[in-house]
Amino acid sequence: MRKKHDWMRETYQKSTERMPERKVAHRTLSNIAPDPLYTPEDIEPFDYEKKLGYPGEYPYTRGVYGSMYRSKLWTMRMFAGFGTAEQTNERFKKLLAAGQTGLSVAFDLPTLMGYDSDHPLSKGEVGKCGVAVSSLADMEVLFDGINLEEVTTSMTINSPANAIWGMYLALAKKKGYDWKKLGGTIQNDILKEFIAQKEFIYPPEPSVKLVIDTFEWGPKNVPKWNFISVSGYHIREAGATAVQELAFTLADGFAYVEAALERGLEIDYFAPRISFFFDVHNDFFEEIAKFRAARRIWATEMKERYGAKNPRSWMLRTHAQTAGVSLTAQQPLNNIVRVAIQALAAVLGGTNSLHTDSYDEALALPTEEAATIALRTQQIIAYESGVTHTIDPLAGSYYVEWLTDKVEEEARNYIEAIRKMGEGTPYPTLYGVIRGIENGYFQREIADASYRFQQEVESGERIIVGVNAFKDEKEIEVPILTIDPEVERVQAERLARVRRERDEKRVKEALEGLRQAAVTGQNTMPHFVEAALAYATLGEMMDVLRKVYGIYEEPVMV
Amino acid sequence: MDRKIRVLIAKPGLDGHDRGAKVVARALRDAGMEVIYTGLRQTPEMIVSAALQEDVDAIGLSILSGAHMHYFSEVKRLLDEQGASDILLFGGGIIPDEDVPKLLEMGVAAVFGPGTLTQDIVDFLKREVPKKWAKAGL
Repeated sequence: MRKKHDWMRETYQKSTERMPERKVAHRTLSNIAPDPLYTPEDIEPFDYEKKLGYPGEYPYTRGVYGSMYRSKLWTMRMFAGFGTAEQTNERFKKLLAAGQTGLSVAFDLPTLMGYDSDHPLSKGEVGKCGVAVSSLADMEVLFDGINLEEVTTSMTINSPANAIWGMYLALAKKKGYDWKKLGGTIQNDILKEFIAQKEFIYPPEPSVKLVIDTFEWGPKNVPKWNFISVSGYHIREAGATAVQELAFTLADGFAYVEAALERGLEIDYFAPRISFFFDVHNDFFEEIAKFRAARRIWATEMKERYGAKNPRSWMLRTHAQTAGVSLTAQQPLNNIVRVAIQALAAVLGGTNSLHTDSYDEALALPTEEAATIALRTQQIIAYESGVTHTIDPLAGSYYVEWLTDKVEEEARNYIEAIRKMGEGTPYPTLYGVIRGIENGYFQREIADASYRFQQEVESGERIIVGVNAFKDEKEIEVPILTIDPEVERVQAERLARVRRERDEKRVKEALEGLRQAAVTGQNTMPHFVEAALAYATLGEMMDVLRKVYGIYEEPVMV
Repeated sequence: MDRKIRVLIAKPGLDGHDRGAKVVARALRDAGMEVIYTGLRQTPEMIVSAALQEDVDAIGLSILSGAHMHYFSEVKRLLDEQGASDILLFGGGIIPDEDVPKLLEMGVAAVFGPGTLTQDIVDFLKREVPKKWAKAGL
C-alpha cells in the first residue's frame, strides 16, 4: 500500500499550494493537532482484543453492557431544582410525565455549602441555583407523590452528601420503602470540589474520610445505590481540557479506591458501585475518544494495578452532561444545536445516562419550555437518528482509534505525574491528589488552560459563532425563569416549624452520636440517618463536623 | 500616565465558580493593571474593606449563582456608606438581560455577560478610570 507520507507530499501538499489551509486552529480543545488524514498505518499494530474487545467485556472500550442501546437506552436524566421543594416537586412530576426516566436534584448554594436557609450567609442565595433542603421536612415535600422504589434519583451534593443521603434514606424509611430496592446516585465527589467547583467545607483528609464512610456503609445497606459519581464535569467547566478532565477524574477515582483500601475494605466490595460523570463538549471526536479511553484506562488499572476480580469493578459506568460552559448568551437559540451535537457525541461515546442543557442556561436557570426541548433532543437522537442500531459504531475509524490512543496516552502521563507527587506514601494516587490540591497544582493547570482558551477566542484563532464571528446586531429575546423572592420566607417558616415541633432530646442525642463518631473515627452514616429522622437540620449536622474537623481555605492564586 | 489602574476582582457569596474571575484577573494584569483577587466566599463587608485597604480604582464582582441583585446592592450600599462611591463597580456572570438596567440604575458602571472579550473589559477600565482620576484632580 502507498504510504500516507507519499500522499501528503504528492497530493495534499499540492492541494494546499493551490488552496492554502484555512487560518483557524487545527487543534482539538486539548491542544492535540490531528493530521489532515488517518489511515491504517496510523494505528498499527492494532491488537483488537487488547485495545477494544467486545461490548460488555474487558476492557470495555466499546461499552460496559453487552447489548448497549439495543436493549436499554441511556437514562435521560435532566438535572432540575429551583426555589422551594414544592416548586421542584412540581417540575419533577412534569419531567416524569414528559418521558424522563430518572430524577436529578440540583440543590441551592446554601444547601451545597451546608447552611440552613435561614443562616445569615444564605441571604440572597436561597433557592437560586437549585432547591433548598434544610431538613427531612423539605425532603418530604420534594419527593411527595413520587415512588422512591420506581424512580432512580441522582443528587448533586458533595460536602454535605452524607447528611443529604441520610435525609433521603430517612424519608424512604418513614414511607416504608425497602432500602435494598432504592436506586440512585449521590455525587459525593469532594476531590473535584477542591480541584474545580470549590464547594468544600472541611479540609481534604477528613472530607475523604466522610466519602469512604459511604463506601463502607453503602454496599451493605443500600446495595443498588451509587454512593459516588466521580466527576470530571466540573473540572472541565472550570476550564480544563478534555485530557485534563479525563486524567484528573480518573486520578480522583483511583484516589478513592486507595482511600477505601487504606480503610481495609475489599476492592470488589465497593468498586462495582463507583460511577462517573463526564462533560461532553464541542470537539466531537475528541469527546467520543475521551469516553472510550476512560473505560479502557479504568478497566485496565482496576484489574492490573488494583487486582479487582469482579468484572463489575472494571466497568466505568458514566453519566454525561452537555457543556454548560459552551453555551452562549448571544443568539441563545444556537445553543440547541450545540447541545444536540454534544449529546450525539455522548451517545456515540457510549454514555449510560445523559443530561442535555437547555438553550437559555447562559442567561439563567432553564424555563420549563427550554428544558423540554433539551429532553426532546435526546429523544430525537434515541428514536430518529438511527445511531442506536449498532454498538460503538465509530470503532475502527482510523481517526477515532488514533485519537482514543492519543487521549489515553496523554491522560496517563498526567496520572503518572500526580502519582509522582504522592511518591513515598503507601497510596501514591490518594496522597498525590491531596498534595496537588494543597499546593495548587490542579487549580494552576486548569487556570492556565482556561486562559489559553480565552486568548485563542480573543485572537480569533477559535471561532465561537455569535460571539467572535457571525454576530447579530439585533439579539433575540428569550423568556427567563425568575425565582420568587418568597422562597426565603417559605423556607424560614418551615425551618421554624421543624425546630418547634421536633423532639429536641432526640435531636441532641443524634447530634452527639454524630460528634462521637467523628471524633473517634467511626462510620458516620448511621448517625446521619438518625439525625435526619430526628429532624436535625443540615446546618446543625454540618456544624457538628465543622467543630471536629475545622474548615478549609484554599490557596488563593490567579 | 504611569499611574497604574488598581482593580479588585471579587467572588461574593457561596458560589465557587471562579473560572471567569480568574480569566479576567489575568487579562487585566496582562494589560498592565494591578490586580488583587480576593479568593472565594467573600461577604460584601470583606470586599469593601479590601477595596479600601488596597485603595483600588475599581471593583469587579463575578457572580454565577443568581444572587447578583443582592450582592451588587449590598456592595454599592457599603461603598456609599464608607464615602467610597468613587470606586467604579462593575461585574459579570450569569446575569439575565432584564436585570442589567436595574443594576446600572443602582450605580453599577458596567455588566459583562458570558462571551465578553476580556479586551472589552480592559478598554472599559482604561476609558473610565482616567475620567474618574481627572474628576478627582489626580
